Amino acid sequence: MSYPLIFERSRKGRRGLKLVKEVPEAEALLPKEYLREAPPRLPEVDELTLVRHYTGLSRRQVGVDTTFYPLGSCTMKYNPKLHEEAARLFADLHPYQDPKTAQGALALMWELGEYLKALTGMDAITLEPAAGAHGELTGILVIRAYHEDRGEGRTRRVVLVPDSAHGSNPATASMAGYQVKEVPSGPDGEVDLEALKRELGPHVAALMLTNPNTLGLFERRILEISRLCKEAGVQLYYDGANLNAIMGWARPGDMGFDVVHLNLHKTFTVPHGGGGPGSGPVGVKAHLAPYLPVPLVAKGEEGFYLDFDRPKSIGRVRSFYGNFLALVRAWAYIRTLGLPGLKKAAALAVLNARYLKELLKEKGYRIPYDGPCMHEFVAQPPQGFRALDLAKGLLELGFHPPTVYFPLIVKEALMVEPTETESKETLEAFAEAMGELLRKPKEWLENAPYTTPVRRLDELRANKRPKLTYFDEG
Amino acid sequence: MDIPKDRFYTKTHEWALPEGDTVLVGITDYAQDALGDVVYVELPEVGRAVEKGEAVAVVESVKTASDIYAPVAGEIVEVNLALEKTPELVNQDPYGEGWIFRLKPRDMGDLDELLDAGGYQEVLESEA
Repeated sequence: MSYPLIFERSRKGRRGLKLVKEVPEAEALLPKEYLREAPPRLPEVDELTLVRHYTGLSRRQVGVDTTFYPLGSCTMKYNPKLHEEAARLFADLHPYQDPKTAQGALALMWELGEYLKALTGMDAITLEPAAGAHGELTGILVIRAYHEDRGEGRTRRVVLVPDSAHGSNPATASMAGYQVKEVPSGPDGEVDLEALKRELGPHVAALMLTNPNTLGLFERRILEISRLCKEAGVQLYYDGANLNAIMGWARPGDMGFDVVHLNLHKTFTVPHGGGGPGSGPVGVKAHLAPYLPVPLVAKGEEGFYLDFDRPKSIGRVRSFYGNFLALVRAWAYIRTLGLPGLKKAAALAVLNARYLKELLKEKGYRIPYDGPCMHEFVAQPPQGFRALDLAKGLLELGFHPPTVYFPLIVKEALMVEPTETESKETLEAFAEAMGELLRKPKEWLENAPYTTPVRRLDELRANKRPKLTYFDEG
Repeated sequence: MDIPKDRFYTKTHEWALPEGDTVLVGITDYAQDALGDVVYVELPEVGRAVEKGEAVAVVESVKTASDIYAPVAGEIVEVNLALEKTPELVNQDPYGEGWIFRLKPRDMGDLDELLDAGGYQEVLESEA
């Protein structure tokens, strides 16, 4: 069932509103050389067509407001609507405004920075990066600047990542000009310490870790890992994708991490997954603070200001001050819950994951690394079932599927992260659906879904010949 | 799963076929099946010196992206340019037209450290 694009609904000359006031002609405002030659090709529709178009689209959408959304490592928790109200309060702010007239906004940024530093055990923070992978790149560039400053830029050329790492870790390191070396996981799913020892040395710039890791397991030897890194002069990077599991209970800084990036759009309820924009603040220990991007929000005698006077900074990583409204939502979340509330959220996220893991085991799913999981776990279907078919089948049963085929070290992986905002009844209904899928005929699974707005997509064509614009630009 | 007996294998699912003083490298039938439809292959630069186990190419499929490692140390002497336009050759003919790069080993004797077809079969059985 195809759905027309807004451009296909367009009819020449049709209007949704009429400008009643006199509007100046563009020619009167701008010199001729800056005027476009032809008007922009915007769709022309009446108001009702516009409303129906977007209401219709929203009804075809699957999101956390419509269904359970257990996408592993993505922390698709509920986005409180109150935060939208908070964000709206700042709607009239302009980024070019004199900071003296935007003290409230700067105070919010400064306070949020303080909260995040306290939660992660870091000494300094930037709120500028636009999302997680951008935060990673910022963090690794800070580490690179640190090594270069100490004269070790030419020798430390390798970044280590575990084989269970998020794909963005090796991509980040590579983009920052490093060679990537993989460290294997041990049989318990945690970093293999002996293998790590063999890789560490004066040629290594950083080790990037997620804790709990992508199997949902806490790296219990983290203090030993950070000691080994410190001895080798290797900076330890914390991928904050999974902070939701330990928020308020344990701090990356206390574990010995030097750099942390956070995903405000995961852990701190900012909408994401097409609803962005995200936000990826980066916290660092004091020795890395001079290299953070400019500007930082600082507190002076005459109020808050933007500090550009940072000679060792890696420079700007984003226009203006990052995705400010994402910061407002995260600030509102922290202020609403307080430390006790954040701790409870983390505890419930872990409890939900552990409960769901046991339910799925009862239904016949395997758990290849069955340690006490944190906020997520990785399951495997019984022999003969394909994770992709189960994911498509789940859509038919009304649930968003979990992450599939990740982490790479588990075959037919189903990576499930329920988050703390789901009820016991929802978890049980999901487990029932997962059980039902295993009883479906093979043919039903291979052809699912049936009643969704679109059925099984041609992934190969979508990858090789994506059509990204409506207009044929040639 | 097809495992030709004329070549060597690695635990990470590459094959290495000796041809004169070079070896042709690709991924196994098992690996292409596990990856699913291949949409892109990132090829290494010709002339690049590589160590054993170094990531030298990337195979991207609809499911995932996977590093391809050098089975032995040496120099990249040729890459399969056909994969730039038709990466699906890796799926269609993993042991033939879907080869990825040609390596001139520093020491042909290093190949003896790799697995034979039987050894690779055992790796697959232990992973199942």
